Amino acid sequence: MRLTPDAWIFWQYGFFKLNATIVFTWALMTVLVLGAALITRRLATGHQRSRWQNLLEIVVTAIVGQINDVGLQQPHRYLSFLGTLFLFIAAAALATVIPGYEPPTASLSTTVALALCVLVAVPLFGIWGQGLAGYLKSYMQPTPIMLPFNLISEASRTLALAVRLFGNMMSGAMIIAILLSITPFVFPIVMTLLGLLTGMVQAYIFTILAAVYIAAATRRSKAANAPSSTPDT
Amino acid sequence: MLIDWFTVGAQLLNFLILVWLMKRFLYQPVLDAIASREAKIAAELKDAADTKAKAHQQQDEFERKNQAFDEQRDALLSKATEEANAQRLRLLAEARQAAEAASVARAKALVTEKQRLHAEIVRRTQRQVYDISRRVLGDLASVSLEQRACEVFIQRLQALEGTTLDALTAALKSTTEGESALVRSAFRLPDAQRASIQAALNELLGQPLTLTFESDPELVTGIELSAKGVKLAWSIAEYLDALAASLKKPLLTTERA
Repeated sequence: MRLTPDAWIFWQYGFFKLNATIVFTWALMTVLVLGAALITRRLATGHQRSRWQNLLEIVVTAIVGQINDVGLQQPHRYLSFLGTLFLFIAAAALATVIPGYEPPTASLSTTVALALCVLVAVPLFGIWGQGLAGYLKSYMQPTPIMLPFNLISEASRTLALAVRLFGNMMSGAMIIAILLSITPFVFPIVMTLLGLLTGMVQAYIFTILAAVYIAAATRRSKAANAPSSTPDT
Repeated sequence: MLIDWFTVGAQLLNFLILVWLMKRFLYQPVLDAIASREAKIAAELKDAADTKAKAHQQQDEFERKNQAFDEQRDALLSKATEEANAQRLRLLAEARQAAEAASVARAKALVTEKQRLHAEIVRRTQRQVYDISRRVLGDLASVSLEQRACEVFIQRLQALEGTTLDALTAALKSTTEGESALVRSAFRLPDAQRASIQAALNELLGQPLTLTFESDPELVTGIELSAKGVKLAWSIAEYLDALAASLKKPLLTTERA
């Protein structure tokens, strides 16, 4: 039994390898991009539109709404990153209904990669919005003593993101695999349904947490800038 | 080791590529479509608002025109009513005038008819009186009315005096051959009567006189001598005038009563 799809290697040449994680990620990417391209090839701008277009619009506007609810003022700026996070993780979880498939998110390598993306994206969005100095200042709030704790917080929450998603997805896949070997009927189906629910919840949690981190970085820098700007004026 | 760093790097790259692809093929087109639709809806709403405003404007204009039309119609109606009233009064006046004119014409026609009738009655009465008198005279005295009339005319001629006589004498004397004195009678005078009248006039003037005799049935019974505008006549009409006067008296008395 494989704990992670990384262990399922199709081809290897020294450091380079083609494992199931990468292959299934490519498959998911192909399906997502091709589906989106096919549907958005002929988008109607009038009152009449196709059901697929309606579906995409509902998904996109729902993500925009969620980002907005978290407190980000310009949701379109973060849509590509946060929306893709959600869709990728959700699609990876939904595809578990296909026999023989293993979700790439059940690989700690994938979740670490995604968490690293968030780790980089949070300061990037913070700097993009508020400037480098403003963002760096936020690490010394409320006092410079808090700098190491803030840095530890950044690292720990990135690790938490990665491990949380990996644990949930891996455990779901593991439970289904174990149950299939013990009771091949009924229970695996129930657990698959539960796994779908867990996968969707995890996609939502991962995305919302990333959004909250970005929002927190933006807001913190705003709060740090506000008092200093007042005496200057 | 659960973490394979090559896979981490590959997945990181995959994710970044996916972000770009999804932005290119999903978010941007969908957001553009939504924005385009919103713009279109906004434009349609603006169009609708414009159309509504235009419709309101047209409605106001229509109502204004309608009011103006009503006022114009009322004015025309009142004008037409006034004209009709004036026309009615004019026609009534004309009709009244025509009726009065007709009444006057009728009254005039009645008067004319009355006069004509009166003249006819007079003429017939004369004729009747003449016939009766002639018959009575013929029956009682064996004298013809014409003869007696001639005698009476001669007597009246002889009884003339004063200015009447002078005027007649002067007129008779001034007659000439071409313009002789004229004796007109209702009947043709017999030669004996003609000679009597000639003799009486010769005697009156003291010289012979040229006379012309004519008969005129319109005179009814009577003889008339005329010369140079002077006339001496006797006819039954004088009696009839007296008769008419005597008949009118009781009639007038009755009307007054």
